[in-house]
Amino acid sequence: MSDSPDERSEAAADAADAADTATTDTTEAVDATDATAVDVEDVDHVASLARVDLEEAEREQFPEQFAEILEYFETLDEVPEHDREPELVNVMRPDEVREGLTQSEALRNASETEDGYFRGPRVS
Amino acid sequence: MAADLNAFITEESIEGADAGPLADATVAVKDNISTAGVETTCGSRMLEGYVPPYDATVVERLTDAGATIVGKANMDEFGMGTTTETSQFGPTRNPVDPDRVPGGSSGGSAAAVAAGEADLALGTDTGGSVRCPAAFCGVVGIKPTYGLVSRYGLIAYANSLEQIGPIAGTVEDAAALLDVIASPDPHDATTREAGADANYAAAADGDVDGMTIGVVPELFEGAHEGVVETVRAAIDDLEAQGAETVEVSLPSVEHAVQAYYVIATSEASSNLARFDGVRYGHSAGHDGNWNETFAETRSEGFGEEVKRRILLGTYALSAGYHDKYYKKAQDARAWVRSDFDDAFADVDVIASPTMPVLPFELGEGIDDPMTMYLADANTTPVNLANLPAISIPAGTAEGLPVGLQLIGPQFGEETIVRAASAVEE
Repeated sequence: MSDSPDERSEAAADAADAADTATTDTTEAVDATDATAVDVEDVDHVASLARVDLEEAEREQFPEQFAEILEYFETLDEVPEHDREPELVNVMRPDEVREGLTQSEALRNASETEDGYFRGPRVS
Repeated sequence: MAADLNAFITEESIEGADAGPLADATVAVKDNISTAGVETTCGSRMLEGYVPPYDATVVERLTDAGATIVGKANMDEFGMGTTTETSQFGPTRNPVDPDRVPGGSSGGSAAAVAAGEADLALGTDTGGSVRCPAAFCGVVGIKPTYGLVSRYGLIAYANSLEQIGPIAGTVEDAAALLDVIASPDPHDATTREAGADANYAAAADGDVDGMTIGVVPELFEGAHEGVVETVRAAIDDLEAQGAETVEVSLPSVEHAVQAYYVIATSEASSNLARFDGVRYGHSAGHDGNWNETFAETRSEGFGEEVKRRILLGTYALSAGYHDKYYKKAQDARAWVRSDFDDAFADVDVIASPTMPVLPFELGEGIDDPMTMYLADANTTPVNLANLPAISIPAGTAEGLPVGLQLIGPQFGEETIVRAASAVEE
């Protein structure tokens, strides 16, 4: 877990891998029958997968906008399969202990802390 | 002046070293680049009040070079926009015409330079976010080769696509800033050794005699007539200085915007999952269970465009759609890359309009995401192919700035700087 909302050691990972990983977080299938027809239930479902509540105005606009954007994405069907030679490969090195953030630096931006820990909502 | 344009989210002076190549220079830094002890918001309520505990590598490079940082520049929220209107701290205005947008997402950076509020600026370019505002504000912007500039301390939007890049009033100044920020960084394992001993400022010698410039018809199609005429005139001028032009076709770029938005939103949905209101950033409080609190925090912290992109990315990566969207987008990305590789076997640089449109009026297109996305048609192919590109003022159409984009092969920054400096002649 990183202590700041930026790259840090994550830069080491191939970003595409990072995006791939997200697939495993959202393995619940979205209705795959007709991609470009998007109704408010589809939008609500994806919003719940992404853990983002929507405003009422967003729920009203998103289905039509998503249908238009996804229809445009559909033109990717015309793209021929392409061999993907990775330009970057992972280069490994042994872990080294280095100076990091102090505990107070790491906790400084947290909304709530307790005894040197982040405090979050209950998980179940 | 500053308040009028709203170029900065935070105005604060960070003094650099006493001496160095940028000792006399003031620099605006986009607000998604971490500055130790100075609030860094990404233009979002989510990070309002967030104070980074350390500097991004590029910020260290700036202060080591003697630069004075004058503020954190306004931007589209998390870099998601083409106009700087999705900033949760209000839009930036274009100094050339205050009723128009400065472009985005690095609109505050370009506006600050164009208005003289900073000598130089850093922006970030994920799908055109340095080049677009440079074109709209009539200044110079460089998107470096992926891996030339460290992203350590850059708050991620789509990390396989983005680079930090310089914005300046002249090609030589932009190149000199690139000299300061470019080089490998152990904190960013995607940085490369290539380009480490280049001298970009020295390449701004205006010598295009014998250079071959590829002109891509697909990148002129559908562009505003005044933009096309202005860009063609700038290319003719390079020809008059001894460059040769040839037409090169890049059929893959017709799919670049789609591929870009699939990949960028997919990466965004993963990258922005870190904003949970626990370790940093806005929190809606800790009542209720984790999922409910997380969803409420993110609803309050993120603006509409950010939510739209997180949801589109989540959709594109979800079971049943991953192969249809994400995998096909990666195919398109590989195709764009090989198309450019083939073209650079025959040409030194590739020329196109930076933006196919003139600067939008404030509010003109913000409610129509597709219109906004399509404006990125000429800039996104460069990010997909990990290439360097520069936007340089080519002249004006209807009194508004037009940018010429010059694209180079990987680590070909010296070549595009050389060609761009001839446009200034």
